[in-house]
Amino acid sequence: MQSRIEKFVEKLQQAETLDDLQAVVEHLRALYQADHFIYHSVNHAGEPYAALTYDLKWVDHYLAQDYARIDPVVLGCYQRFHPVDWKQLDWSGKAARGFLKEALDAGVGNQGFSIPIRGPKGQFALFTVNHKCSDEQWARFTRAHVHDLILIAHYINKKALEIEAGSDILPDATLSPRETDALTLIGLGLSRAQAAERLKISEHTLRVYIESARFKLGAANATHAVALALARGKIVL
Amino acid sequence: MIRFLYGDRLHCAPLLRDTMFRDRAAQFSGRLKWAVQVDEQGFERDEYDNMNPLYVIWQQPDGRHGGSLRFLPTTGPVMVNDHFPDLTGGVAITSPHIWECTRFCIAPGAPSRRIAARLLLGAAALGKRFHLRHAVGVFDPAMERIYRSLGWEPVLQSRGRAGIHIGLWSFADIDTATLQRRAALQGNGFLCWDDLGMAAPAREYICA
Repeated sequence: MQSRIEKFVEKLQQAETLDDLQAVVEHLRALYQADHFIYHSVNHAGEPYAALTYDLKWVDHYLAQDYARIDPVVLGCYQRFHPVDWKQLDWSGKAARGFLKEALDAGVGNQGFSIPIRGPKGQFALFTVNHKCSDEQWARFTRAHVHDLILIAHYINKKALEIEAGSDILPDATLSPRETDALTLIGLGLSRAQAAERLKISEHTLRVYIESARFKLGAANATHAVALALARGKIVL
Repeated sequence: MIRFLYGDRLHCAPLLRDTMFRDRAAQFSGRLKWAVQVDEQGFERDEYDNMNPLYVIWQQPDGRHGGSLRFLPTTGPVMVNDHFPDLTGGVAITSPHIWECTRFCIAPGAPSRRIAARLLLGAAALGKRFHLRHAVGVFDPAMERIYRSLGWEPVLQSRGRAGIHIGLWSFADIDTATLQRRAALQGNGFLCWDDLGMAAPAREYICA
């Protein structure tokens, strides 16, 4: 059976336009059983782009009021790169409290987990999952899915950059000879220890090469990275 | 205590900030003779300090810098990929689970082994909290022995030109008990996470 992240990656790979990307973001709701997903970024030309599931009336109101000025999520995440539970942000100010009340009235959930993204050339984007539930339920949810969410955030960002650049593969999807060697040996069925020995590198170094290749290929895991590299003709077994 | 401070919040701790950049000048320019820039204020700063990195800093009781290191995610511009591709087997290391750690610095005259252990505890806590798998680091060869004695040594990638080493730390391999003993610290109370949820000042960081 396909895992959630594999299903997501498969759907994302088929996306070719920003409308497709919006559909992928909407699909995350069913996949992870959460109320809202929000991706927004500022591209190289300074144009904002968003794919999100909030009520559009709230989005329009947010933009009209320029709430990014006071939104603790934006203020706490802008130009940073560590994942943040909304509870860790500073909601103590009067403006922030008023903003939160309006957001909740507009259907935004009381819980949030945001992942700021530092992309190539320092590009910035933000991915958020939002839900209405108790603190205990939320802690369980984030614990179960944090690894998936970090990957999803970065893969959506990569896809958005690809669509913007007008090509389906970013320059960083090029694998170095060391990365293709690592994937080839894993694809041939060698264990990590055997592959590392064959390449005369430590197992940690091998893990880092595979992780790096996995991310560049947009794969869900190492096995999937081998399959994708094969399908794209980057390795031959 | 260990503070986790983004570049855009260093202004909240001016003494800590200024002593850190001066101690970095003393270590990297003065002692190690690395080809780094020192400005007219006596601060050693490079292009990566302008990219809003996350600093892990040991702050001494008097508020001054005792030691520090600097993290940046490998999904954005980092020193190993920009300047040392020959030292990583030609691989541009890129993953949200791998951050780069650079400018491992200890204040002149400070007990280096103890401060190093404290900084590594800070790095370990950071890795755990933010779900990191590895850190890739640029470091001074003299630190190799210290890391080994602290029980969390990097896997050496390569011995670079100009006496610079590149290594990988695995967050799965941390021997926290040994680090805490060497750091002469107990519990987690010395980790100060307060700054991380706070808003940045209006002044924007431009990532070129």
